Amino acid sequence: MAREIEFRDALREAMTEEMHRDERVFLMGEEVAQYNGAYKVSRGMLEEFGAERIIDTPISETGFSGLGIGAAMMGLRPIIEFMSWSFSLVSADQVLNNAPKMLYMSGGQFGVPIVFRGNDGAGGQLGSTHSWCVESMFANVPGLKMIIPAFPDDAKGLLKSAIRDDDPVFCLESERLLSLKGEVPEEEYLTPIGEARVRRTGNDCTIVAFGRPVHFALEAATELAKSGIECDVIDGRSIRPLDMDTIATSVRKTNACVVVDQSWPFASIASEISAQVQECCFDDLDNHVHRVNNDDVPAPYATNLEQAMLPHAGKVIEAVRSATYNL
Amino acid sequence: MRPPVTKAPVKQTNHKKVAASKNDAAKGKVKSSNDAKTLKHWLREMLLIREFEVRTMQAYQNRLVGGFCHIYSGQEAVAVGTIAALQDDDPIITAYRCHGHALARGMDPYYCMAELFGRFDGCAKGKGGSMHMFDREKHLYGGHAIVGAQTPLATGLAFATKYEQEVIKTSDHTRVTVCYLGDGALNQGGFHEAMNLAGVLDLPVIFVIENNGYAMGTSVARGTTLADALYRKAESYGMTGHLIEEGMDVVTVHDQFKKVVDETRKTSKPDLVEIRTYRFKGHSMSDPRKYRTHEEEEKWNKQDPIDHLSHDLIKAGELTQDEFKKMTTEIRGEIRDVVKRASEAEPPPLDELYVDVHTGNWGPFKGTTLPNMLRGDNEKTTDQNQESH
Ligand SMILES: Cc1ncc(C[n+]2csc(CCOP(=O)(O)OP(=O)(O)O)c2C)c(N)n1
Ligand SMILES: [Mg+2]
Repeated sequence: MAREIEFRDALREAMTEEMHRDERVFLMGEEVAQYNGAYKVSRGMLEEFGAERIIDTPISETGFSGLGIGAAMMGLRPIIEFMSWSFSLVSADQVLNNAPKMLYMSGGQFGVPIVFRGNDGAGGQLGSTHSWCVESMFANVPGLKMIIPAFPDDAKGLLKSAIRDDDPVFCLESERLLSLKGEVPEEEYLTPIGEARVRRTGNDCTIVAFGRPVHFALEAATELAKSGIECDVIDGRSIRPLDMDTIATSVRKTNACVVVDQSWPFASIASEISAQVQECCFDDLDNHVHRVNNDDVPAPYATNLEQAMLPHAGKVIEAVRSATYNL
Repeated sequence: MRPPVTKAPVKQTNHKKVAASKNDAAKGKVKSSNDAKTLKHWLREMLLIREFEVRTMQAYQNRLVGGFCHIYSGQEAVAVGTIAALQDDDPIITAYRCHGHALARGMDPYYCMAELFGRFDGCAKGKGGSMHMFDREKHLYGGHAIVGAQTPLATGLAFATKYEQEVIKTSDHTRVTVCYLGDGALNQGGFHEAMNLAGVLDLPVIFVIENNGYAMGTSVARGTTLADALYRKAESYGMTGHLIEEGMDVVTVHDQFKKVVDETRKTSKPDLVEIRTYRFKGHSMSDPRKYRTHEEEEKWNKQDPIDHLSHDLIKAGELTQDEFKKMTTEIRGEIRDVVKRASEAEPPPLDELYVDVHTGNWGPFKGTTLPNMLRGDNEKTTDQNQESH
């Protein structure tokens, strides 16, 4: 049985179920307890679990992300919420040095079973410092896993898997999707990390997207179908590990590939996928892999500039037309 | 009415409370160090900020302003009082709650409002928004949106002023940098590194904590140790901590802050000043304020810095009700006009996306240009064919 719930509620269900299941799991972050979360993701959790397990912090990202890592080295399973991934940059050393490399540096002695989660991506006129899409920059680091759900059911299933995972998992959520409703099963389930999902099928072009851009891809595919261009839309769901099998299988069928990635184009998720597709599907491609990214500029505030900078369905349509020689 | 005073333990030697002249105004006497003209000017500035913010909130509701928008209402005495104690070329830098500082520093409200509206005429050409007020000519080094980000920058501003004066001798006088931060920003590591650097390098910088009691929904006591004496954090960096309890009284703020500024200018040593104040509105436009009581809000509303000063001036016979009304009406008209002009102003041209990324022209990048705010009247432009430099 499934019912419709919001993305934010799906995230909360994942956390509460796992907290009931495993006493070692706790949630820590700014405004997560008394305020119910800046975006109401943790609504009601303080009442349910008490202040020992739902913990408000000062605005000290370095401190509390490091605290989480230390606690994880001791065997606890922290969920650390960043109000925005943009704010994780002040704790980059903890997040990018300590969490992903501890196991390696300690010769396998200390794993870091931690989940960092929070809003990622443009929220709507938030300006240059608050609109980070950290996926490209952070995915560069070995030792971490990265999930980026686009629908409520995956949000729940992936986050549950992340909490059970023995490695550090970065969960990238989009503020723009938190109110999105979708069917989520009543009964317990896990969504495996590292498996993409084909959201729509078609033979003309493969569109690969992650997180919020999956919706742009689907919108574009619906529009393109009207003019007879049918697309496979692959919702990547995880960035690390990356499900190249699903992507390659699709590209071998369609012979064309567009990657939609909300981060900057230079050294990005989209460039990585382009490189890998070209490595494994070189002879299958009828055109070079097309990339749809943010423009290569800091996020501007003005609406017209921001809209021009961000990926959207129109840009995906254009890229698919170009990739399939349908201009 | 005065803000509640938490008595700070005064044990250590290296912090001092600035001598307060706190009862003069309450008795209906305006302090002699400031003439009535000056006080009326401050009243006008506070009114201007308040009215600006009232109209900003309206504009936000009408979707003319987007993103995160933080209202300064309630804290006017801090920006106006402290900035009045500075010289014009003393650099200032602050966080995202920055409209008040920009206006108090003399930014034309039109450029400020145009920025909020995302227009090309904005102080940052519409690229920054509410959290990023910058004005090079007025020595305002921003509005910064990441909590605490401005604090290390402030040490850099101070370092440069000192370097200019002492090393390359391009400046012949000491400039005092003032860095504003919230009580919540105290908990960022960067702030503490900045304090220590300022201390070891003897930088002429004053960190001003605008203690409005909350960081979003987190009260000071829940977020910070030494919650009732934040200024004492200075001790661990060997600098002097000062407390200005009456942060809702612009005269007190000015007079007490002026002493600190004078001292810093003389010694070139950093200082930390805590000013107790209150934000009348929510943290940002979407905050229901459930974490504080109505009674508490009422108590602080009664200490409104504008009422405070206007009452004192009227009681002292320096201002009539009519004059005050006239002043209010004038400012309303001025800001109404600003809103009208800003809403009619052009958005930035699309080309602007690739301007100011780099100083030079290469690849898709189109150099950099100054905003209209810093151009002479006949150089102002709305088109994209500006020369790059
Ligand atoms: C590094 C970082 N973490 C979190 C935030 C989100 N945030 C913005 S303002 C704020 C509260 C700051 O409170 P305070 O410093 O007291 O300043 P006030 O808002 O009261 O002026 C928070 C948590 C941020 N902008 N940057
Ligand atoms: Mg505060």
